Amino acid sequence: MSRESARLFALLLPAGVFFLAFFLLPLARLFAIGGSGKEGFAAYAAIVSDANYFSSLMSTLALAAMTTITTLVISGISGVFLQRHKFPGNALLVSMLTFPLAFPGVVIGFMVIMLSGRQGLIGDIAMYLTGEKIVFAYSMAGLFMGYVYFSVPRTILTIMAAAEKLDPRIEEAARSLGASTWRVVFDVILPGLKPAFIAAGAICFATAMGAFGTAFTLATRINVLPMVIYTEFTLQANMAMAAALSFVLGAVTWLVLAIARTAAGSTVAAAG
Amino acid sequence: MMTDPVQPLAIALSRCGKTFADGTRALEPLDLEIKAGETVVFLGPSGCGKTTTLRIIAGLEDPDAGGRVLFDGVDVTAQPIEQRNVGMVFQSYALFPNMTVAENIGYGLRVRRAKKPAIAARVDEMLGMMRIEPLADRRIDQLSGGQRQRVALARALAVRPRALLLDEPLTALDAKLRDALRLEIDELLRRLGITAIYVTHDQAEAMALGDRIAVMDHGKMAQIGPPREIYRRPATRFVADFIGTMNRISGVARGGVFVTDAGAVPWLEAPPGTTEALFRPEDVTVVDEGQAHLKGSVVAAFFLGDRTRLFVKVDANKPLVVETDARRDYAHGETVGLRIDPRGLMAL
Amino acid sequence: MKKRAVLFWAQLGFTLMVCAFLIVPVVLSMLAGVTVNYQNGLESGLTLRWIGEVWAGYRQTIFLSIGISLVCLAVTLVLGVPAAYVLAKRQNAMTRAIEELLVMPVAVPGLATALALIVTYGGAGGFRTSWTFILVGHVLFTLPFMVRSVLAVLSAIDLKTLEESASSLGAGFGQRFFQIVLPNCRGGILAGSLMVVTLSMGEFNMTWLLHTPLTKTLPVGLADAYASLRLEIGSAYTLVFFVMIVPLLLAMQAMSRPRKSKTAKADIGEE
Repeated sequence: MSRESARLFALLLPAGVFFLAFFLLPLARLFAIGGSGKEGFAAYAAIVSDANYFSSLMSTLALAAMTTITTLVISGISGVFLQRHKFPGNALLVSMLTFPLAFPGVVIGFMVIMLSGRQGLIGDIAMYLTGEKIVFAYSMAGLFMGYVYFSVPRTILTIMAAAEKLDPRIEEAARSLGASTWRVVFDVILPGLKPAFIAAGAICFATAMGAFGTAFTLATRINVLPMVIYTEFTLQANMAMAAALSFVLGAVTWLVLAIARTAAGSTVAAAG
Repeated sequence: MMTDPVQPLAIALSRCGKTFADGTRALEPLDLEIKAGETVVFLGPSGCGKTTTLRIIAGLEDPDAGGRVLFDGVDVTAQPIEQRNVGMVFQSYALFPNMTVAENIGYGLRVRRAKKPAIAARVDEMLGMMRIEPLADRRIDQLSGGQRQRVALARALAVRPRALLLDEPLTALDAKLRDALRLEIDELLRRLGITAIYVTHDQAEAMALGDRIAVMDHGKMAQIGPPREIYRRPATRFVADFIGTMNRISGVARGGVFVTDAGAVPWLEAPPGTTEALFRPEDVTVVDEGQAHLKGSVVAAFFLGDRTRLFVKVDANKPLVVETDARRDYAHGETVGLRIDPRGLMAL
Repeated sequence: MKKRAVLFWAQLGFTLMVCAFLIVPVVLSMLAGVTVNYQNGLESGLTLRWIGEVWAGYRQTIFLSIGISLVCLAVTLVLGVPAAYVLAKRQNAMTRAIEELLVMPVAVPGLATALALIVTYGGAGGFRTSWTFILVGHVLFTLPFMVRSVLAVLSAIDLKTLEESASSLGAGFGQRFFQIVLPNCRGGILAGSLMVVTLSMGEFNMTWLLHTPLTKTLPVGLADAYASLRLEIGSAYTLVFFVMIVPLLLAMQAMSRPRKSKTAKADIGEE
């Protein structure tokens, strides 16, 4: 038995050492540096005490919440629909919806530009229809669109997997008891999908909190926390503040995921 | 078809107990000797310690300090399973999904670094013995449950193990297949003359296969002996109830007769002070009230085809179970007479 | 019945719109990458000129990204598969905590991880300026995916009994690991590998801070191009990226399909 334990320990050791040296230790150092600026560890309170940082935090949270809700609604409707109705072309639609699964943030930013940038499709259509060009890629709205674009593919997959596991007999039982379509949706389907919604929603939220590539591609002027951190780090060279802010951002994001994982009861599929 | 016979192994357990890390006592310290070539069946409900005992013999669990496992008198307690050379058959079969049937059967020889032709020859022999030659190149997920079980047996036997350990090998199969395979396993064990330990919760399997049956209960061995002895002379209440159906009736033994509220039964050898008589359904016949030892009323009657099973209430205890081949219906509440064969009476 | 039909078409229409939202920009950007002048539309003609320019200016980033993603895969295999095996074998509070820890680099924003690495190892000159610095970040970020993927497969099979039966046949630890454990989690390893390579190729959040002018990866180059060059070149570059990553994505999609039918078949076999 103890020989077995030693063996397992040895197998876990390489990953453990790597993780310790390149993640835990650096995070600890980051935490220390965050408190090494002229304000000391009060820097950690700056995120709520400093009006600018606080407004960034609030807009980041709002953006993340909006992204999460929108993504869940879209994926809930389309995911359940595609799982329930098998028609010719269904598989193609699923492939198309999950195709952008691993696009990095920068590329997604570019997709937003293609749609709503200065030479974007939406602008052209609006020009044609109303004679006025609509350009919103380089703003909070563009970022929101990018995050939804990013989150829909993976969320749809989670919802579809969960919808597949729903026992159709429960629905039939509800119908046999006289429930209408809407009642079935609200009393049976949505509660059944709740764990999947929590799990997928948490990942949407975490991504929208911490993602950087999309915002970077669209504009450095969007007032979200990752951009603020980046600005502190590069333009202001304020390492301590950047460290403190990113540590707080990391802690908040990790906490959201951890809470969701407990709430969902099952393992939340990790995703970037 | 079988080549050189396997030298059967004698197994002994000395003070083998097992306490798990969480403090649960799975097995009280146990002494047991299994003769070479013998088939011993561990029988009991789930959680009784039978599988733990098997796993200690296999080397998959270590006994608590002080316990020893002896193979032919040699202490093997410290040896891991891979050095004990025992064949093992698991309830879930545990066939390797990444290998074909033939590769599964040859695996034990492969890890012993046997030559390819030798492995092929033994695999063929085993496929023939289990009559599964056409399956040789199948993948595991293409097999039925019964086929999987045959492959699992072939795989365990291919390495010429010193003993064969079977952990509920038939439990996952349906009833008909179970009967057929039970017969095959019985025939196989007799033919090979191998020492076998068989774990089951099914008493019919235990009766059919065991030279001796060890009945386990709550981590203790309640009784060990040949099937007939276990059935006819159960050592404890638990054994009496677990094996077959047992009727019990309260009364007093007095002058060669056992007197109850429902009548008297002649019982010359009744141990003094007996207050409860036990007997099996097959030792009771339904007779006219005039010839009856006991009288009672029918509370339920199940027609089984070749016979009828009656539940007869004679006193405040559980109704007696009685079987009759009379070609008639029995009505609820009908009074029947029962006659008991004195040779079938037991006391505990 | 009629109400149901309306509902069906409404949902289908909605789903098609979502599809368009996801796919139209991809098609647009692919077209833009081979159009002479995107502003004037396709009438301006098709050209490979932009792709040629990307190749001339940015091919180093392509090679570096491929190289890093392959080394990253090797490292995650060596670190991740044994770790997953241990986590599958021992399921207790400790291993759950380890699992939770291992997933942290995915939950914590890449920006924070990158800053942490810079403040800790930024002074180590040779390391900071080499591509291995980026590699470390990529391994941190992708390792959880490898571990999760392998762990999922290992938890689905009866690993304990399979290993027990192998050892009852005389197999020692090494034989069990290489002949039983690894072959039986091949699917998980393959799925994890595809994920790791895909994510490493596309990683930007950390890489942007970890890179140096001499260690630009493909996404870093993309960001550069988007910021400073004309739309056609950005599109052509994106097209190159798609060509590299789409086969990986399609392979991943294909992998997640047949597994279902295989289990279904096994279920029938059990009857």
